Amino acid sequence: MGQTIIEKILTKHCGHEARANEIVVAQVDYVMGQDGTSPLAINAFHEMDGQSIFDSSKVAFVIDHSAPSPNEGVSALHKLMREFSQEKGFHLYDIGEGVCHQLIPESGEVGPGSLVIGADSHTCTYGALNAFSTGVGSTDLAGGLISGKMWFKVPETIKFVCDGTLPPGVFSKDLILYLIGDVTADGATYMAAEYTGEAITAMSQEARFTIANMAVEMGAKAGLMDADEKTFDWLCRFTDRKFTPVTADADAVYAQVREYDVSKLEPQVAKPHQVDNVAPLSEIAGKPVQQAVLGTCTNGRLEDLRIAAGILNGRKIHPGVRFIVAPASRQVLLDAMAEGIIQTLVEAGAALVTAGCGPCVGTHNGIPSDGETVISTANRNFKGRMGNSKAEIYLASPATVAASALTGEFTDPREFIK
Amino acid sequence: MEFSGKAHKFGNDVNTDYIISGKYKFKTLDMKELARHVMEDLDPDFYEKVTAGDFIVGGANFGCGSSREQAPLAIKYADVGAVLAKSFARIFYRNAINTGLPVVECDTDLIDQGDELKVDLSAGVIENKTKGTNIPIKPLPGVMIKILNDGGLAAHFRKYRGFNFD
Repeated sequence: MGQTIIEKILTKHCGHEARANEIVVAQVDYVMGQDGTSPLAINAFHEMDGQSIFDSSKVAFVIDHSAPSPNEGVSALHKLMREFSQEKGFHLYDIGEGVCHQLIPESGEVGPGSLVIGADSHTCTYGALNAFSTGVGSTDLAGGLISGKMWFKVPETIKFVCDGTLPPGVFSKDLILYLIGDVTADGATYMAAEYTGEAITAMSQEARFTIANMAVEMGAKAGLMDADEKTFDWLCRFTDRKFTPVTADADAVYAQVREYDVSKLEPQVAKPHQVDNVAPLSEIAGKPVQQAVLGTCTNGRLEDLRIAAGILNGRKIHPGVRFIVAPASRQVLLDAMAEGIIQTLVEAGAALVTAGCGPCVGTHNGIPSDGETVISTANRNFKGRMGNSKAEIYLASPATVAASALTGEFTDPREFIK
Repeated sequence: MEFSGKAHKFGNDVNTDYIISGKYKFKTLDMKELARHVMEDLDPDFYEKVTAGDFIVGGANFGCGSSREQAPLAIKYADVGAVLAKSFARIFYRNAINTGLPVVECDTDLIDQGDELKVDLSAGVIENKTKGTNIPIKPLPGVMIKILNDGGLAAHFRKYRGFNFD
């Protein structure tokens, strides 16, 4: 009987054959925490009588969620993280370097076959690099920091086969929103997802990150893809380390196989207040928008900014819209500057904020007012997510966000993409 | 472990942003302060309504969303005895066990707002005293029972200097 990708990765990391529904204790290759979760992990580390880090070269903290600090409470927690990482001798990415889920892939430490835990639910993003990476809480993170290990229930896998060709103006974000709407917010709970098919193969590596990033929004523990030439081309910019791709066996056992033809997919939106409340954009076209957000770990990469700039080039956003742009990392910002993308976005009327999580988590950088409508490239639209429970958040692709910023209402980006 | 209290009902997909909003959790490690805001976006008076030992009763997918451990901690520090739901999102489930907040999978359609409950974890049953019915509990995986019995993951680590499930 064959194995899925995640069964193979767990087999390699726990030292015996791992099969769905077994409990295993596995070695981890990398451990990450961010500023919303690491302070509690430091507490748990001390509570565990932790002395040292299992391997300081395999650990990082990232200050990205409230960066730069908006108040003294946050500043104190950031300081705690800086002091702990210095004392234990591991790397801390400080304000302005970017979002953890962009920085860890850019570090070159993670690739095909890796096993990563991160104290952030969107750690599943690195599944786009053929890694098993998953979100944990602060106490699990502390356990990982001390032991270099984590216990897992080996998950069953749902295979999503996405064939056909995405039409122009329809992107990986539209596809993953559609899949989440179809499978629902808990359709993959306790399971892994494997994304495969012609449409995934045809996607750029950056577009694939968007799909893997949102696996947790269907409840999944991980969202994995095969590694191919595009994966290795992307990785070789950051590392010369050799990784071995992990592929599922032809006779691997899946909990479900779901098949899709993406050829007729339209731009999608997730409506308030749930990510699986998905509809075609056409259903709400023309509804006014007061704030548009481009960025986050879902859609703040160079390709996303480039798509938005392509629509906004030489134009001005609608005067009734605030357009906030947060690049996913300093490297993305530098690349976008070199390409003239930042110039285009700022000339169009964008408010550029620090590379990081920006307004996605409701701490700073653009909290909407009562009754306002926000269109965002983020991954969550929960009530209050952006800091005001009386605002409404819609999720969409960078193209749809840019087109809507331009017109001041929900707009099909295909009007601007020739 | 045995708990008695009143049911506070919520719907499906109660996410961790609703349990404790990001606008509070980034600021402090004072869980008593965070507890004052628990469930605020769903019920602004929730903290005032809870009596020590009461239960949060959710539908499916309780605790979905972010990995914030402040979510189970804020519930615990609000003196909620346990969370009952049809199913839990996996990170919340782990975090609750790791931090010693009892989480119970059961058919919560059999419980209404305000029902008086007695939850007996060792016997694996909930007594709905208001309705005079018994509701079976789906047992926890063995690993989690071990962590709970050790007093949470931190205590487990203090005891064994690592994971020990043998």
